Amino acid sequence: MENVGVCDEFVNLKATELRLGLPGTEDGGEEERQKVSCCKSNKRAFPETEKDIESTGKTETASPPKAQIVGWPPVRSYRKNNIQTKKNESEGQGMYVKVSMDGAPYLRKIDLTVYKQYPELMKLLENMFKFSVGKYCEREGYKDSEFVPTYEDKDGDWMLVGDVPWEMFVSSCKRLRIMKGSEAKGLGCGV
Amino acid sequence: MNYFPDEVIEHIFDFISSHKDRNSISLVSKSWHKIERCSRKRVFIGNCYAINPERLIERFPSLRSLTLKGKPHFADFNLVPHEWGGFVHPWIVALAKARVGLQELRLKRMVVSDESLELLSRSFASFKSLVLVSCEGFTTDGLASVAANCRHLRELDLQENEIEDHRGQWLNCFPESSTALTSLNFSCLKGETNLAALERLVARSPNLESLKVNRAVPLDALTRLMSCAPQLVDLGVGSYENEPDQESFMKLMAAIKKCTELRSLSGFSEVAPLCLSAFYPICQNLTSLNLSYAAEIQGNHLIRFIQFCKRLQRLWILDSIGDKGLEVGASTCKELQELRVFPSDLHDEEDNDTAVTEIGLVAISAGCPKLHSILYFCKQMTNAALITVAKNCPNFIRFRLCILEPNKPDHTTSQSLDEGFGAIVQACKGLRRLSVSGLLTDKVFLYIGMYAEQLEMLSIAFAGDTDKGMLYVLNGCKKMRKLEIRDSPFGNAALLADVDKYRTMRSLWMSSCEVTLGGCKRLARNAPWLNVEIINENENNDLMERNEEDEREKVDRLYLYRTVVGARKDAPPCVTIL
Repeated sequence: MENVGVCDEFVNLKATELRLGLPGTEDGGEEERQKVSCCKSNKRAFPETEKDIESTGKTETASPPKAQIVGWPPVRSYRKNNIQTKKNESEGQGMYVKVSMDGAPYLRKIDLTVYKQYPELMKLLENMFKFSVGKYCEREGYKDSEFVPTYEDKDGDWMLVGDVPWEMFVSSCKRLRIMKGSEAKGLGCGV
Repeated sequence: MNYFPDEVIEHIFDFISSHKDRNSISLVSKSWHKIERCSRKRVFIGNCYAINPERLIERFPSLRSLTLKGKPHFADFNLVPHEWGGFVHPWIVALAKARVGLQELRLKRMVVSDESLELLSRSFASFKSLVLVSCEGFTTDGLASVAANCRHLRELDLQENEIEDHRGQWLNCFPESSTALTSLNFSCLKGETNLAALERLVARSPNLESLKVNRAVPLDALTRLMSCAPQLVDLGVGSYENEPDQESFMKLMAAIKKCTELRSLSGFSEVAPLCLSAFYPICQNLTSLNLSYAAEIQGNHLIRFIQFCKRLQRLWILDSIGDKGLEVGASTCKELQELRVFPSDLHDEEDNDTAVTEIGLVAISAGCPKLHSILYFCKQMTNAALITVAKNCPNFIRFRLCILEPNKPDHTTSQSLDEGFGAIVQACKGLRRLSVSGLLTDKVFLYIGMYAEQLEMLSIAFAGDTDKGMLYVLNGCKKMRKLEIRDSPFGNAALLADVDKYRTMRSLWMSSCEVTLGGCKRLARNAPWLNVEIINENENNDLMERNEEDEREKVDRLYLYRTVVGARKDAPPCVTIL
């Protein structure tokens, strides 16, 4: 009861909060990707207060975001992607993807950047989920395996793990699913 | 001139190659128009929707070389939806159907499919050169058809495209008889490369001057490639994060030393410092250096490298070079004409004290008298610095400054940067391209309108106070061709003040501004020769069916451009053409 009361109060408090900032400017909200339109904040009277607005904004949002503005800084996506993956690797932020297995009650999460190639990844999956995956061949995939590792790529398509070069896999894999071999019969029968 | 036979006039026209000049010639008289158009070999189309392929072919039957640009510039920054348009396929179909003797095709920001590439490769027997910049939609299969079928291919230049790499054998598809290659750039491919095929291809291409490989070409392969192509002028290397052993290093250095013609170096998506040092012997010959992808390399290594590059004219680098590095550049690279400093930290996550500031910019402007083009990303700037830069370098043609934090004022005075940019436009009488940033009021646009007489392209973000700002620019800059604005408080009054102005411009982009649907509709009514596109990625895309109330609704993204062929038919649902 008390918690709910506190929540409501918190919500209301926010609305009546007195702070330097124009109505409608958001703060925090890290869950949603923010598109910050700074139109309104362009109507400034004095540079000093503008500075204050900025610094209050900073303390409200904890770490790292600074609201991410779409398309800013104006750096080509190609360049952003090339620099970004390296930064992620070096800072150990990792690339965590969910792994589900047909029949398992809950999902796991693994960090793809820890592995350098497919065999390492496969070994981990086999250990984690206690199954064996058999040999991969380019033409027929994981023929005769009880379980087949698949992944969802950037375009939303389900692909067979192992088909594309490792780097391409790491950059395009959104999540993994270990399918039952019987269901995977359609996959891997090469194009 | 009217008494000369046509052939003589045509011969004289052959000496005139600039597009602007040829366009002017064609306006002199009917007969000159005819001679010009029938003899015209190269055509540049800055907006593929301004005209259609049929009319192009009708006017220029002798077309040999075509340059097409598709998506607006802000597509580079994810502001244009993926499916917006810019398809090259209809162009290739039309050119093939009309049996145009196409030899060169240059595309920028267009959607290219494997089907298009296949058709291209089969339709033009003398096809020589394909240059794709920031394009997407194709795979290495398309490249395979080009390699296999274009018997006279000399140039295949792929710059920063999104290419699906099927890890195939496209390099193998160049026939053994293919020996005419002068330029091969596949640096943007992400997958593995068939090294044997590449080495064979390079070995049988004695005229190869430009070779840019992708990340997957290891050091020993690079060494072999350089050894069998010492005539290379332009080299793009791969990714070398590990230090080479002594033997590999010696071999590499030996191969590099033989490349006495090497003038341009790029690639280096990762490079261990020792690897970089193997290139010291040829540094003094370099006129162009692109180290802007080498994110891991520290400033001091970069500085050591630059110290040897006395003849450098073009430098693309990361801000990790720091002000110190730019000071070294300023004292070493006296021939420098173009500088681009890119941000290494894109999310402002690090408290990076080593990145460049206004100090580096001033140093470079003071030390390099020939500097005329600059793209500079930094975290802070001052009016004083910009005023000094303007004084040092009145010859700027392109000045693009991007302060990473929007609306950031002069960090020493807390004032806007109006005066700084004002000084730039006042001093640089030949300025053709300008990008502004930081805290800016309407005043900066007053200056731009007043002084930037040659300005053709202006990029504005998070700037200005009222419609006056945009009006100053539209009224003042007579040569404006491309105006792109985002997140600035310009609205209908500015948009509609002078509709005829858009006849003289290629395009206008406005996103997250104050223009409303009603304003855009009125513009479209008054200017039927414009395509007024509203881009709206929300669920409810039926803009036309909404009631009158919504005329006041602000338009998310507006892109308008002059055209002689009316509304395009290939617009996706998220685009409404008014």
